[in-house]
Formats: sequence, C-alpha cells, structure tokens
Amino acid sequence: MTTQAMETAQDTRVIRLAAGDDWLTVCDRSLLTPGRGVAALLPDGRQVALFVDRAGRAYAIDNRDPFTGAYVLSRGLVGSDRGQPFVASPLLKQRFDLATGACLDDDEVSVPVFEVRAD
Amino acid sequence: MPVSTSPTAHTSSAASLPTVVVVGHGMVGQRFLEALADRGLTAAAGTARVVVLCEEPRAAYDRVQLTSYFAGKTPQDLSLVEPGFMERHGFELRLGDPAESLDREARTVTARSGETFTYDTLVLATGSYPFVPPVPGKDTEGCFVYRTIEDLLAIEEYAKTATTGAVVGGGLLGLEAAGALKGLGLDTHVVEFAPRLMPVQVDEGGGAALLRTIENMGLTVHTGVGTQEVTAGEDGSVNGMSLSDGSSLATDLVVFSAGVRPRDQLARDCGLAVGQRGGVIVDEECRTSDPAVFAIGECALASDGRVYGLVAPGYEMAQTAAGVIAGQEASFTGADMSTKLKLLGVDVASFGDAHGTSEGCLDVVYADSRSGVYKKLVIGQDGTLLGGVLIGDADQYGTLRPMTGTVLPVAPEQLVLPAGAGGPVTLGPSALPDEAVICSCHNVTKGAICEHTTLPEVKKCTKAGTGCGSCVKVIGQLLPQSQDKGLCGCFPYTRSELYEIVRTLEITSYAELLDSHGREPARGGEGCEVCKPTVGSIIASLAPTVGASGYVLDGEQAALQDTNDHFLANLQRNGSYSIVPRIPGGEITPEKLIVIGEVARDFGLYTKITGGQRIDLFGARVDQLPLIWTRLVDAGFESGHAYGKSLRTVKSCVGQTWCRYGVQDSVKMAIDLELRYRGLRSPHKLKSAVSGCARECAEARGKDFGIIATAGGWNLYVGGNGGATPRHADLLAQDLSDAELVRLIDRFLMFYIRTADRLERTSTWLDRIEGGLEHVRDVVVHDSLGLCDELERLMADHVRGYRDEWAETINDPERLRRFVTFVNAPDAPDPSVKFVPERDQVKPDLDILAGPVLAIRTLEGTAS
Ligand code: SRM
Ligand SMILES: Cc1cc2nc3c(=O)[nH]c(=O)nc-3n(C[C@H](O)[C@H](O)[C@H](O)COP(=O)(O)OP(=O)(O)OC[C@H]3O[C@@H](n4cnc5c(N)ncnc54)[C@H](O)[C@@H]3O)c2cc1C
Ligand code: SF4
Ligand code: FES
Repeated sequence: MTTQAMETAQDTRVIRLAAGDDWLTVCDRSLLTPGRGVAALLPDGRQVALFVDRAGRAYAIDNRDPFTGAYVLSRGLVGSDRGQPFVASPLLKQRFDLATGACLDDDEVSVPVFEVRAD
Repeated sequence: MPVSTSPTAHTSSAASLPTVVVVGHGMVGQRFLEALADRGLTAAAGTARVVVLCEEPRAAYDRVQLTSYFAGKTPQDLSLVEPGFMERHGFELRLGDPAESLDREARTVTARSGETFTYDTLVLATGSYPFVPPVPGKDTEGCFVYRTIEDLLAIEEYAKTATTGAVVGGGLLGLEAAGALKGLGLDTHVVEFAPRLMPVQVDEGGGAALLRTIENMGLTVHTGVGTQEVTAGEDGSVNGMSLSDGSSLATDLVVFSAGVRPRDQLARDCGLAVGQRGGVIVDEECRTSDPAVFAIGECALASDGRVYGLVAPGYEMAQTAAGVIAGQEASFTGADMSTKLKLLGVDVASFGDAHGTSEGCLDVVYADSRSGVYKKLVIGQDGTLLGGVLIGDADQYGTLRPMTGTVLPVAPEQLVLPAGAGGPVTLGPSALPDEAVICSCHNVTKGAICEHTTLPEVKKCTKAGTGCGSCVKVIGQLLPQSQDKGLCGCFPYTRSELYEIVRTLEITSYAELLDSHGREPARGGEGCEVCKPTVGSIIASLAPTVGASGYVLDGEQAALQDTNDHFLANLQRNGSYSIVPRIPGGEITPEKLIVIGEVARDFGLYTKITGGQRIDLFGARVDQLPLIWTRLVDAGFESGHAYGKSLRTVKSCVGQTWCRYGVQDSVKMAIDLELRYRGLRSPHKLKSAVSGCARECAEARGKDFGIIATAGGWNLYVGGNGGATPRHADLLAQDLSDAELVRLIDRFLMFYIRTADRLERTSTWLDRIEGGLEHVRDVVVHDSLGLCDELERLMADHVRGYRDEWAETINDPERLRRFVTFVNAPDAPDPSVKFVPERDQVKPDLDILAGPVLAIRTLEGTAS
C-alpha cells in the first residue's frame, strides 16, 4: 500500500457511485490525489464529495457542509483519527467521519454517505 | 399573523394534557423551556402541553450580545434556540402574538390574535421595557430605545442620514448604545444625570477612570446634567436637546437608555400583587400571589426585594420555576450582582459589595489615570474579601469574584498593584475552593468544571462558558494542562523541531516524515488537518534547500494544502473564491488598474480595496480562476498570496519623492522588500510596511517587520501586528543602510520561520521565546549562535527559487485539471454559487444554501 503505486498512470481503476440499482461511473481513479477530494454531480443534481485515502480506499459523502450550507466538503483536508478517516470542512473546520458521515465535533450533526466502488 | 412552529399533531393530542402557558419568549423564557425539557415536561414526552406567546417577531435571542450585531453578527447568529428545539419537544411557539389579557378565574390568556388559551400553570417572563423619561418631545421622529433587534435595525437605518447622536443615560446600556452609535460613524454624546458614568456599578474613582478612557475614544460625555427637552426641526424630526444646565446640544438622533422597568402591566391588570416600584411579587419558588401563576426574569420582584436586571439571576429563576412545576424542591433567594463587561473595549467589572457598604470595611485602591486603570478591593475587618471594582484591566475578575467571602491568601495590595511595584501576585484559580462559582451565567462551580478535561466538554456538559464568555479564560486554567508539546495527535514534535528534522534530514515528503517521525499509532495513517498544512509549509519554505519542488501543488504537496492554497485563492462563505493580485508597495500604474477593472467587470466580481493597499476581487467560481488569472498574468500581475501563510503586503507611504516631510524613498524600499520576500512560506502570515518619516503614515509599527525612515537610514521594528490583540513592534536596530536593513530582515525572518510554532505571529513568538527581544537581537544582530550565515543562505535560496505560482499553473494543463467544480462534469458551473445585487455590485446568495441551518460555531483553536 505505497502511495507511489497509487499515483502511477497505470492506475486504470474507475470510481463508481451507487445510483438506485445501478452504478454510476464517475471518473478514473487516477484523477484523485490520495488525501484530497473532488466533487461529483449526480443526475438528480445532488453533489457528492469523493475521497481516496493513502491506502487507496474510496469514500463518498454529501458535498454540503451542514454548518454553513456551502457545497465545499470535497475541498477539505483528509485526516485520520484512531484509524478512522475524516474530512475537515474548509470553512469552519468541523470534521466528518468519511465512513459514517457523522460529525466528530457535534453529536447531533451528520451528512449522508454514498456507496462507492473503485475497481 | 401568528406563526406556530410545532406540528399540529402535537397540538391536538396534547389538548388533554396539563397546559403551561409561557408569556414572553426572551432570554429567561427560553431558559425556562430548556429547563422544562430537561425535566421531561413536554408534549413530545406526553407530560404537558406548552404554549409560548412571543411578542417579538423572532424567537429568543441573546440580548446580552445585542451590540455585537454592529460587529457583524446577524440576528440568526444571536438566536438562542437550537434548530429543531421547539419541534423536538412539541413546544408551541407563537411568534408575534403577545398576551393581551389574563382571566385568572377562568385561567385563560387571550392573545392579540384573538385566540384564548386555557392554562393550568401560567409563567410570566415578560422582561422589562426601557424607561423613557417624560420629557417634552420624547416621541419626536429620531428618538429610539435600545432593547430589541428591531430597535437596532431602526437605529441603523436612521443613522444613515444622521451625523450626530446622543444617548440619554450613562449606565451600562447607555454606554453600549453609545459605542454602537460611534460604530455607526456618528459624532456621539452621552448625557448622564448622575455625577459619574455607570453610577450603579462603579464608585467615583472608577467612574473617573472610565470617563477618561471613554473621552479618549472620541465620545463626548456630559455628566451631572439632565435632559429637559428634545427639540425638533422644521421637518418634525429631532434636531437637538436642551439640558438642565441651560445649554443645548445639537443632535440628529437620540437614544434613551435611562434604565429599565419591569413589564408588569398584565399582572397589574388582573390584580396580582406588584411591588411599589414595579415588578411582579414572587416568593422563593417564583410563585406570584396566585399559586397558579409564576413570574421569572426581569419582570419579577424576587423574595429578597430586588428586581434583577441581569440575565444570570433570571436563569436561576427559570430553573427554580421549572423545578417547582415539575414537583421538585427549588428556590431562588437572591443572587449576586457581579458583572464583567467589555464596554467600548474597556474592561469593567464589579462584584460583591462594590460600594463598600458593610460596616467597618476598608478599601484598597490602585488608580493610574494615565492608563485608565482603576482597581478597588473592599476588605472586611477580618480580612475577608467583600467585593471590588476593576476598570481598564479586569483580568483578575475571574479569580477574585469566586473568592468573595473568603480571607485572601495574600495581602490585598499585592493584588491591585501593577507588576514591578510589588505586585501583582497572580492568584491562580487553583487557589479557589471547589464550591467557588466560576461561571456565574450558568452557576457552575470549580468542582463541576474540574470533572472534565477539555473546554468543549465543559461547555457541552455544564454550559459553563457559553453565556457571556467572561469565565472561559479561568476555565482554561483549571483544566489539565497538557505536558505533551507535540504539534497534534500525529506528531510528538513541535513545529520548530519538525523544521529541524526536515532541514537536516532533507525530507521532502509528508508521508515519509509521518511514517518515520510520527507518533506510533499515526504512522501509515492519513495525518490530520493540523499537521498536513504545517508540514506542507515547512517543506515549501525549505524547498530549494532540501530539494523539494518549489511549486506547492506538485505531487503529494497538493494533498497537504488547505483549500485556499489548493486553489491558490481564498474560499468565501458560499464556496466561491477571491483573487488578490500582488501590488508591490501599493504602487500601481493606471494601465494595471484598468486591467483589474476590466477583469472584474467581465467576470462580474465584487471589487473592494483591501486594508493592505491592494484590490480584492470576490465571487469567482473554481472553474473561472484560471481564466481570470490568465488575463491577470498576461497583464504582468502575480499571485498576492492572500491565501498562504506567507508574505502578504509591504505597505508604503508616498515618502520622500512627493511628501514634504519624507526623508527616504519609502515606496522603493517597500517594493524591493515585497519582491524579495514574496512567496516565502512561514508559520503564520507576514506583513510589513515602510514609512518615509516618523509620522508613520504606513503604520509600520503595526507590522511583523516595519521600517521607518530616519535622516541616517532606516529603523527596523519587529513583532508588531493588528488583529484581535494588537501589539506595537519593538525597535530592533537603528539607522541602517539599505543593505544592512535587508540583511537583518533576512536573518530575522529565517530565525522566526525556524523557531516559531504553527500559527504563531512574530508578536506572540517574540513574547514567548526565552529572552524575548534581547535574545533575538543577540542572534540576528550579534550572531551569538553563529547562525547568521546559514540564515542568510536560506533566504538567498528562497529568493533564487521564487516563481509565480499562478504563472506556473496556467501554463501547465496537468495542473489546470483540478480547477473544475465537478470531476465528472467539468463544464458544469457550480449551481450553489449564485449572487444577488448589493450596492451596484454583487454579494453571495445565501438563500440557496439555506436548508436545515445549524448554528454557526467555529471550533476552538482553528485559526484559519
Ligand atoms: C481582504 C482583507 C479585508 C479588507 O477587505 O480589507 C482581509 C481579509 C481577510 N483576513 Fe485580514 N484582511 C485584510 C487585512 C487585514 C489587516 C490590515 C493590514 O494588513 O494592514 C489586518 C490587521 C493587521 C495584522 O494582520 O496584523 C488583518 C488581520 C487578520 C487576522 C488577525 C491576525 C492576527 O494575528 O491577529 C486574520 C486571522 C488570521 O490570519 O488567523 C485575518 C484573516 C483574514 C481572512 C484570510 C479570513 C479568512 O480566512 O477568510 C480574510 C480573507 C479575505 C479573502 O478571502 O480574500 N486577517 N487583516 C484585507 C486584505 C489585505 C490584503 O491586501 O492582503
Ligand atoms: C444592550 C443590552 C445589553 C445587556 N448586557 C447585559 C450583560 O452584559 N449582562 C447581563 O447579565 N445582562 C445584560 N442585559 C440584560 C439582559 O438582557 C436581561 O437581563 C435579560 O434579557 C432578561 O431576560 P428576560 O427573559 O427576563 O427578559 P427579555 O429578554 O427582555 O424577554 C422578555 C420578552 O417578553 C416579551 N413580552 C413582554 N410582554 C409580553 C406579552 N404580553 N406577551 C408576549 N411577550 C411579551 C418581550 O417582547 C421580550 O421578548 C443587557 C440588556 C441589553 C438590552
Ligand atoms: S510618513 Fe512621512 S513621508 Fe510618509 S507620507 Fe507620512 S509624513 Fe509623508
Ligand atoms: S460567566 Fe458568563 S459564560 Fe460563564
């Protein structure tokens, strides 16, 4: 699980998001920098924030920062807390667990998560 | 039109439940509802129907922080009601529908809408109304009071056409109102009938210290005079006031702030007992003369015979009434009137027996009229601390107030004298007994606070610190101080240790540093939002020296940067970005100005002159950034690094070339310095300025490194900044030649970059490092550590390695790929970034972002 391996141009994997019963092809895996996110647009207009971690695992959560309403979570920094990957909102820095969408700084807040595949 | 926010389902099923009707949804009314919810008395729990009649058009908000509206807080920011609170508990809140009459026999309340509610228990929480003295002309157009958000909106609107404002009343609220008028740009007067300001809270000496400080701020204070009449001009609106000493005062606007009176009319009308000077009489359980009716907050006359005009006692009454209604034992027998305020930026605190009314007590006083500091402690015959007044410097309030009633462990004069004159002995909060109340807003004791280990936890579990906020500092001192100096959960090293590791081991990758030097459990992980940008910045500032790419977005470095650096622009609240081209020294040709104007016009950007002598263009979508920068780079502009922790601006004054006083070419020096240090990544942002003479028009002493011209060369000042804690820079060296100046700045900056903590400005760094300014002078002027050659070499590497990030970006298709909103729809613009018109330009359309909106809270310790 070296980062170098993930970054090579030979990475031919594709990121897919669950859309109803189907899988929506979003983009080549190589477009994502480990530790950074991108936003994707779903056919119904929803915005998804996609991330890959150092190990190459993909995560997808709603792109809207519930604290400010802005669609920016994809632009936050990824980190991990006791092995759990999270993204810190670039606006006011609240952290969201990438696997569950739960806000780590406020029990009462969470964002939706989406099923995602990288293969 | 009354609005009910609760689902109708609750209303119908709740009809048979015992009903509590609350009249008034102010601060205390809301606290009462929270207390009911805590005790399970809600429709949602199936135990009570609760109807709240709210006169104002909005739900309860933080009246104490009202004035912060003028500092940019929106009415939503001030709201005290958590989103979903009413719905969750099934409370029926009726906005804009006040109670008009009570029928105690029938147990009904009739609201303005005409609807009648039958109650089992009635709670009056109607607060106070501002008292307006019965002077002729008091209702003239242009007269206001200062109590509600609606009052502020009306004052703000009216002030647009006014130039002078007068506040009647020099008490606590009057001074707040005066601060607000001043902030609205009015020439402001305060008229106080008593011989001193804040007569209730402070004594004569304190009033004098306050007066001096407030006059120094440019407010005009008239004490010992009353207002006799408000006069009107031909158009019927206010044009002045005549005062009791025969003089008159021309003014366009008058705010009455002559005290408040309990709103007890409803109670009077239905025959409840009220006090002689107003207030609904209640017993220790907060019950009125009718056992089915309670009164709490500012409308109540408590069992100790006082009407409390402060929020903390009101909160206690709310808890008491809710407890009694829930069948618990509770009582309110009185509270202390201690307050700590920041009025117009001046600390004012009084606690306990501030006026020294107890028999045989002694005052210990320290007064320094020059600096506007006044401190008085009232000490009983046996040495007990009875109370005190602190003006100008109220840092000790947090520890002294809880000590009231105990014998001080040190001589009282040691507590009031300034440092260097035998004091101050700082009485740490550790000296306090466990029962000492630390947070008086929420009545939380030291013991309760010490059960927790972090501030967010304390706030969440005890509410301490979430009221006026004045106790937060002491809470911080009570919590366990971490011995771990590590940067974050990932690294056991400080920023400066990491800098040394990266420099000496020539590490160019974050992952390598984390896996080799991170804490064991963090190795192989993702890192965190604290260390990633910090290490990114260290690698960037050492790039040419350690052999890393100088382009901050290459390879792994891209993943380390916060969003601002990632898109080489500053993120705005609606997800758009701003653009700040570098304008070295603030000097710009008309041609370049025209280009900026054209770009702004063509892309519809909001345009503003910044406080840093340059121009900010707001409202660009991610996908527009490269297009905009292509135009700017073609016209010869470079990145201004407004997004980076790096050099921002070197401001200049026009200097010798034009100004009759100038003694050096300050503009040229500013441009040279800005070009030399542009792009230098540092622990925090760096700002500079160069003034052409001692008049200091460039405000150089407010900068991290500031230069002031002298007849013999340049004086270099370091460690200044503006911001929340302004500090004037200290003189590092005098009468330097151009070359000496540059060499000394090179050394100073590199020494700072090497040794400062993350997000530590030069000011805090200088105050923190051992030996302070003297040590820094030894190192960078006298080369006491033998480091200077190396520091200069590092800077030479930086200067040589500098390349404009935006030029590099737009010339590389690979790098441009990131500038899309959606990875799978690169041509689709961001639908959430929209604008609405504002004063001939645009501003973000926040309505389209609105949804289930949460209270906006910035996290502790996350400076951007
Ligand atoms: C645009 C501007 C306000 C304006 O409209 O004039 C501004 C805007 C911001 N300032 Fe500022 N500051 C601006 C001049 C100032 C000044 C005045 C000056 O430089 O002479 C100060 C006080 C001087 C000082 O820094 O010592 C100032 C003190 C701050 C601070 C407090 C720093 C401190 O050490 O206390 C922050 C917060 C921080 O950096 O952590 C801040 C942070 C910010 C941020 C970056 C907040 C953020 O993260 O969004 C704002 C970014 C705006 C943007 O998106 O472009 N801004 N800010 C000014 C840009 C100047 C420029 O051309 O680069
Ligand atoms: C500018 C300002 C600064 C202040 N600063 C401080 C401070 O620093 N520290 C401090 O402790 N206190 C401060 N106070 C005082 C503090 O705000 C009050 O003590 C507190 O708001 C009292 O709460 P309350 O609920 O009793 O009254 P309020 O908050 O006034 O609420 C009463 C509510 O009842 C409503 N009402 C009245 N009659 C009816 C009716 N018939 N039907 C329905 N609704 C009705 C009113 O419209 C109002 O909304 C300040 C006040 C102001 C105005
Ligand atoms: S600082 Fe001196 S030279 Fe510069 S503008 Fe002011 S008076 Fe003139
Ligand atoms: S004393 Fe006001 S919040 Fe604690």
